[in-house]
Amino acid sequence: MALPVYASPLEKLWHYIYLVICALIFLFLIAPILIVIPLSFNAEPYFTFTEKMLTFDPSGYSLRWYDLLLTQPSLPTDVPRDAAWWGRVWTESAWVNAAKNSVIIGVFATVVATVLGTIAALGLSRPEMPYRRLIMAILISPMIVPIIITATGLFFFYSSPCALIGWTGLSQYCGRLTSSYVGVVLAHATLGIPFVIITVTATLIGFDQSLNRAAASLGAPPTTTFFKVTMPLILPGVISGALFAFVTSFDEVVVVLFVAAHDQQTIPRQMWNGIREQISPAILAVATILVVISIALLATLEILRRRSERLRGVTPH
Amino acid sequence: MADISAPAAALTTSDGRPLRAALASAQQRAKRRAFLLVLPLLAFIVITFIVPIGQLMHQAIYNPGFSDNMPRLTQWFADTPPGTAPDEAAWEALALDLRDASEAKTIGTVGTRVNYDLSGTRSLFTSTARKAARFEPPYREAVLAADDKWADPVLWSTMRQVSDAYSLNFFLAALDMTRDVEGRVVAMPEDRQIYVSLFLKTFLLAGLITLTCLVLGFPVAHLLATLPMRWSNLLMILVLLPFWTSLLVRTTSWMVLLQQQGVVNNTLVAAGVVAEEGRLELIYNQIGTIIAMTHILLPFMILPLYSVMRPIPPSYVRAARSLGATSWTAFRRVYLPQTLPGVGAGALLVFILAVGYYITPALVGGASGQLISNLIAFHMQDSLNWSLAAALAGLLLGAVLLLYWVYDRLVGIDNMKLG
Repeated sequence: MALPVYASPLEKLWHYIYLVICALIFLFLIAPILIVIPLSFNAEPYFTFTEKMLTFDPSGYSLRWYDLLLTQPSLPTDVPRDAAWWGRVWTESAWVNAAKNSVIIGVFATVVATVLGTIAALGLSRPEMPYRRLIMAILISPMIVPIIITATGLFFFYSSPCALIGWTGLSQYCGRLTSSYVGVVLAHATLGIPFVIITVTATLIGFDQSLNRAAASLGAPPTTTFFKVTMPLILPGVISGALFAFVTSFDEVVVVLFVAAHDQQTIPRQMWNGIREQISPAILAVATILVVISIALLATLEILRRRSERLRGVTPH
Repeated sequence: MADISAPAAALTTSDGRPLRAALASAQQRAKRRAFLLVLPLLAFIVITFIVPIGQLMHQAIYNPGFSDNMPRLTQWFADTPPGTAPDEAAWEALALDLRDASEAKTIGTVGTRVNYDLSGTRSLFTSTARKAARFEPPYREAVLAADDKWADPVLWSTMRQVSDAYSLNFFLAALDMTRDVEGRVVAMPEDRQIYVSLFLKTFLLAGLITLTCLVLGFPVAHLLATLPMRWSNLLMILVLLPFWTSLLVRTTSWMVLLQQQGVVNNTLVAAGVVAEEGRLELIYNQIGTIIAMTHILLPFMILPLYSVMRPIPPSYVRAARSLGATSWTAFRRVYLPQTLPGVGAGALLVFILAVGYYITPALVGGASGQLISNLIAFHMQDSLNWSLAAALAGLLLGAVLLLYWVYDRLVGIDNMKLG
């Protein structure tokens, strides 16, 4: 934003103050996220920069907290790091197991949310869609309803999932969904769906429906049209929706606390417990890894956005 | 015009059907097809989301803890009009129900249920039930011999109230109200009124957080909207990175930054702004909740503001200036009104999200920074008064849905943008 040539000295002064204010707000936004990165390499169990760290003394830095992530809760630290040791890390480390759980739950939840969400978005974007506004409001509501209400409701629902169809006599064949992977996956899919709907319908706004008609007029059946014509064009929206859904699941803790079994640890749940009981710099090591992952995700999204703009011939103005 | 419409009625498709009917049925088919695409997801959301929340609301008005385990006394209450003094039949029902509940080990549930409406009665139920196996007629004397508190008419009127599994009493409790002996709705005693003030505090804090988000978000969004696209895309990353970073990571960073021995306090001490012994308490209180939640919700304010500000042509402000307006007047009378849709969208979204926040207050809020969500979790996990938790959740849900409806009216849900 350039200053106009006719700006008075007072306006110039205000303009520079304004830029400084904006810089400070950007600092407020970004500093808390970046600060955990150097602190996670702290050689001491403190949450602040030690004397040695500030003078860039190598002995002030260490990887001990990352090592702790691999060895918690009870792996030996003073043995050679051979294949057998890494094998034990893969099966025994609490954080590695939590990461595996998080990825499994996240992937399944993302697949469910993305498939159902994309199909629904195709319907919602058709001009003939009846009750569009109401249905959209219902589908977006999991994002709006406070998470504690969702978690509490799911807790009651999962305790007796067939309570509503009790009159059919089928409920005796129903188990419980609490303490199960299926329960957590379904809940996380529900929480991810609004993001898929929002991103995919946004992509479909710019979608030229006559392309579909052209494909149909050339004899393509609807499924071929979808996979050959529609899908490649809306793919950036679908992928960014899927990323949103995955991140939502990967970061979700409240539902897991309410409906998952005690031994079903996920990364956010491990962090939650770590923060509540006694916060150790190992949390900062996890935080750093997660920040790096989110930077990678953001870069992916940016590349997708550029690709989509290029494909549709939209140039940044 | 009439000449044209007359032959139009006779138009037919190639197979001889009237065009109007053919079009209408094609329209119907298209509608059905669009709806069929949405149906699987709609069914999924109804089953995994709407039904559970319905069940939660049911929990708030339905608590069979008494009626299921004290069937005889429940029947007696149903057969007699309110205010009836307990006769021998009632005492017999009570004694036999206490005996059965003691054997079935459900007496704790019964005592807890009555205790919600009349505190201090749980132990009366459990201790009397332990002696219930030896009760002989006449039951009135037998029960009163076990504990003379059973003669209390308030206890009997409370039991009558809770014997109805369906009641709005938990909603009354969530609004700091209760029923007196005659069943009239009255306010709770002063010292037990906590929920209404907590609701007010939640709304107040959410409003404060919305305001700070607006104050911090407006200049940033304005800068992003007026910079050339290349630069604003680059700076946008600084807004989107926090948006994409785990909530727990961001909350942890604030805990690290704001601790008494944390980076902020150390910097302030090193700079001589505060004394070593005067380190600021920035966390585990309301201040910590406000700072951390402002940081977490700020992107939800900046993104809608940006998407409204970007298309505002700069020529309007320039025109105002050329007509003699000062820069302040041009901003206030020309620019600001055009940004109001963005302000409304961002503020509503931030407020809706802030009102129901749970994780951040639970971790950094300490005792004073807890919101209504945290109390719902407390009643679910610690006090185990699930019906009260459900009633509080119902009130919160009502407030959020109202705001959501306003959002849909003013902004439109389809206009929600993410990044």
